[in-house]
Amino acid sequence: MTIALSMFVGFVALTLLITFWAAKKNTGASAYFAAGRSITGWQNGLAVAGDYMSAASFLGISGAICLNGYDGFMYSVGFLVAYITVLLVVAEPLRNAGKYTMADLLAYRLKPRPVRALASLSTLTVSTFYMIAQMVGAGVIIEKLIGASFHTAVIGVGILMLVYVVFGGMLATTWVQIIKAILLMIGAFMLSMLVLKHHGYSLEAFFDSVAAATYAGTEAPKNLLQPGLQYGTAVKGPWGPTDFLSLSLALVLGTAGLPHILVRFYTVPDAKTARSSVVWAMAIIGLFYILTTFFGFGAATILQKAQILSDGKANPNMVAPALAQHLGGELFFAFISAVAFATILAVVAGLTMSASASFAHDFYTNVIHHGKETQPGQEVKVARITAFCVGAVSIGIAIYLGPSVNAAFLVGLAFAVAASANLPVIVLSVFWKRFNTTGAVCGLGIGLLSSIVLILLSKNGPAFLGHPFPLENPGIVSIPLGFLAAYLGAILTARDATAEAQFAELKVRAHTGLGAEKATAH
Amino acid sequence: MNDPSPVNWDQIEAKPAFRSLLSRKAKFIIIATIFFLTYYLSLPVLVGWFPDLMKTPVWGKVNVAYVFALSQFIMAWVVAFIYVRKAATWDKEAAEIIKDHH
Repeated sequence: MTIALSMFVGFVALTLLITFWAAKKNTGASAYFAAGRSITGWQNGLAVAGDYMSAASFLGISGAICLNGYDGFMYSVGFLVAYITVLLVVAEPLRNAGKYTMADLLAYRLKPRPVRALASLSTLTVSTFYMIAQMVGAGVIIEKLIGASFHTAVIGVGILMLVYVVFGGMLATTWVQIIKAILLMIGAFMLSMLVLKHHGYSLEAFFDSVAAATYAGTEAPKNLLQPGLQYGTAVKGPWGPTDFLSLSLALVLGTAGLPHILVRFYTVPDAKTARSSVVWAMAIIGLFYILTTFFGFGAATILQKAQILSDGKANPNMVAPALAQHLGGELFFAFISAVAFATILAVVAGLTMSASASFAHDFYTNVIHHGKETQPGQEVKVARITAFCVGAVSIGIAIYLGPSVNAAFLVGLAFAVAASANLPVIVLSVFWKRFNTTGAVCGLGIGLLSSIVLILLSKNGPAFLGHPFPLENPGIVSIPLGFLAAYLGAILTARDATAEAQFAELKVRAHTGLGAEKATAH
Repeated sequence: MNDPSPVNWDQIEAKPAFRSLLSRKAKFIIIATIFFLTYYLSLPVLVGWFPDLMKTPVWGKVNVAYVFALSQFIMAWVVAFIYVRKAATWDKEAAEIIKDHH
């Protein structure tokens, strides 16, 4: 326990050092929100990977695969393929036409106030969902490592993460992401090797035992490579396959609407670097998700469910740390826990940054103060207050949900909201001349509302609503609704001459990079 | 972004070179998007509605479902690789188009 604790303290101290180093370099909004646009391609690639491989990926996916087999592996596939959407559609136009937030691109040729207000609301919603997943993961880790209660653990993590954001800004967050991405890759690789070693370094032996997984002899053999253990009609009823498709759709389209991933493309000098950073990220992320095969499926052949219990139930979020403890002893367990904790802190920092940047830049400055900063530094100050509020809300909900909600499942919901509210409006404003403000407002509003309402009406919603909606992930209904609302909203209302006139400018900016925000020299 | 800009955007947008670049780029993006979405979504569709087909073994205990899932990673990397190759030539064309407008 003492080794584990000192590793923890070591990591926390290291990130605090980076944070304070970066704080000295924060001179103005571009430095705070966009790291002075000075991050290189591979650095940003690692940081994107760091932002993305969250508690959901490491703790959530390994748990989902260990308990549900193949169906859980869909998260790994969807999380990677989603980057094609980012690469082809979003990254370059966003970098060329925006400044700090996703809404910059949307507000470009539309009426800024209503669009920014709604974009800011949807950013806060998606970030909060995502953050809850991280808080649950962090709580589980600390609980297992130090023995602190889940509540205490979650509150502790919340406070720590606020320190990073309040002092550090985007540069510190970026460097924390980079270090964490490297540590996580090392951890995932070592864990996979230990699993392979357990099976005598034979892939054939590995897959043979996954096909007859017994949770270390405690259950009847089950073939985890067979699809349908979670979403098959035999288990989940007639809506199972539709729910699986709905989740897959949300995963592949959600990433391109995730505010904390999108803001990363503002930290690089130009669109070309934005593109190369997506490619770097895809290489790292893809490798990581292929490795989930070993520490996800592998866990089911090595661990007993008794080793991952919390409150008497098998807790999916505990699989990765428990596997590390079982195979590598206390030291390796400490390392993996520190990595998982680092992962969570880094992602939470990224999320808080994007949520607070959006509220400060979009809502406070552009909606309330009509685009004029009243006092210098005010925007940064508002961002810090927002960070505090988002953190507090997420801590509250995480404690309410408790430790055993799968972090990947929660993130799947965040993806559905992002794909339904943000993606339709981003795509249409970049590619469709006829798009107007009403269309954007309808798309953002209906996408956000329908995804949230359907989640509340699903089996995971509050009991008094009666759970009438049969799917756990709303994507397959709410994403088309978001697109349809954006399209109808535009086509059924008057053409917007200004928006159409500025489409030429947006096109030139988006596809040539002329007039894009420049990097600031350090 | 609302400040008056000396660049004549409409003039650049009207250039044949720009129009041609954009239409080729759009065509590529649309085809690539249709391709990768179809390839990707056929995985949950096949798994959900044709589970017996997906359970067919390929190599030892490894079945079609798992191989198809792994192939998604390769597919994503290949699409990204092709896009980056194309985009490098588009960059040169774009630089040529705006070289008189800095």
